[in-house]
Amino acid sequence: MAGKTLDFVGATGRAALRFAATVGEWGVLMQDTIRGLRAVRIWGGLVFEQMMRIGVASVPIALFIAAFTGIVLALQASYTFTGAVPVYLVGSLVGKTMIIELGPVLTGLALAGRVGASIAAELGTMRVTEQIDALETMAYDPAAYLVLPRVLAGAVMFPAVTLLASSLGIVAGWLTAIQLLEMSTPEFVRGLETFFVPFDVVFSVIKSFSFGLTVTSLGCFFGFRTRGGAAGVGRAATSAVVASSMVILVFDAFWAAVLL
Amino acid sequence: MIRLRGVHKAFGEKAVLKGFDLAVPRGGTVALIGASGAGKSVVLKHIVGLLAADQGSVSVDGREVAELDQEALYALRRRVGYVFQFAALFDSMTLAHNVEMGLRRIPGLSRRDIRRRAAECLELVDLGGLGDRYPAEISGGQRKRAGIARAIATRPRYLLYDEPTTGLDPVTTTVIGRLILRLREEIGATGLVVTHDLGTAYEVADSMAFLHDGRVRAHGAPGEIRISADPVVKSFIEGAPELMETIA
Repeated sequence: MAGKTLDFVGATGRAALRFAATVGEWGVLMQDTIRGLRAVRIWGGLVFEQMMRIGVASVPIALFIAAFTGIVLALQASYTFTGAVPVYLVGSLVGKTMIIELGPVLTGLALAGRVGASIAAELGTMRVTEQIDALETMAYDPAAYLVLPRVLAGAVMFPAVTLLASSLGIVAGWLTAIQLLEMSTPEFVRGLETFFVPFDVVFSVIKSFSFGLTVTSLGCFFGFRTRGGAAGVGRAATSAVVASSMVILVFDAFWAAVLL
Repeated sequence: MIRLRGVHKAFGEKAVLKGFDLAVPRGGTVALIGASGAGKSVVLKHIVGLLAADQGSVSVDGREVAELDQEALYALRRRVGYVFQFAALFDSMTLAHNVEMGLRRIPGLSRRDIRRRAAECLELVDLGGLGDRYPAEISGGQRKRAGIARAIATRPRYLLYDEPTTGLDPVTTTVIGRLILRLREEIGATGLVVTHDLGTAYEVADSMAFLHDGRVRAHGAPGEIRISADPVVKSFIEGAPELMETIA
């Protein structure tokens, strides 16, 4: 019994050490990335391309998710509120929920899968085929050339995509309300305005900004530390998605606790 | 001159280099031979600072690589061309763009100069006219040559070749060997060729060093290595594992 307890304590300790070491390695990569800011000549011309790949190319999936979320929110709110609270509050629930919670979080999680996996697989392949080593031998700082443009693009484009998605979610909720729930547009708008405060948008931007940093930096991190060929690339992509999703949910709770 | 003295390097529990010594004099070409997994590529990575020695000294032109700050390390890397085992071409870029990458890090070169020099380098390795192809669209031998074009683009003082002929057919192997000799004459770069292909080593090298068990076991002219009486060297040269068993 004592032996099993000791084994458990030992295994927990080793897992904690591995976790701390991983966080430390991520920190070192981020330090290198921030130092890379000086090398504008290396990364300056690459940010726009990454903004297109990370942000613009992600718009369809983000809008698809947001549209159906808006529809479901309106229908479920109506179902829940019927006979209990005024129906115009459907607009409140759709607006508030899309802006401060489901818009940022669902977009973040969707992009963690699409963007995080793609970055980790791309950089992981570059690592195992020695392309990152080749960059270094040509006097390029890989953090400035590969990480910085992706992280900057993520930080800018996640909020932009989130705002678009939240807006479309609200529009979808409104269309559902007037087409399927026998609500009028003024009723829906009244509900939308009732609990709206401009800080909600700021809150959404702060959250999605942190999600953008999370997904892109973890994608780059797991890509950079890839070992072992195709299987290693697969593991890197999976790790990036899992870790990003978990950190997004932790940040979601953190920002709610700190800012609301 | 490239000089490694008493270099030790381990990856976890596995000690790869155990007091490795080698000097590559200016203007010469040294072939570092040895079995697969002996640590030959590890030696090259120390020279350009991709790996740091656990112990010992690695210097290029009299300057200790481990003591260089980032700018000095970049300056060193611009003087050293590195040909990777599997070419390590950037697969999202055309061959011309690959060759231009190193040139873009040289201050003062105009875009026109960069394009012209990249085209010249591709021409030099007989890939003129293929600059707009992607790495996936060319053969293994062409990829190796494109990797060499990229390495020579900055007109380096040193050229490091990591298994330049591995995986190639005999004809392409000969073509690459001759290319290495031609480049030495045309750009005058000092060469260190890591290989386990003895034919290429005999053809291109002024001297050969045999890496075994983390150290240089034998070093001499190709003719001397070829007739070495050391059973370990002989076993490798003749491809006769039974000779190794007699030592064990």
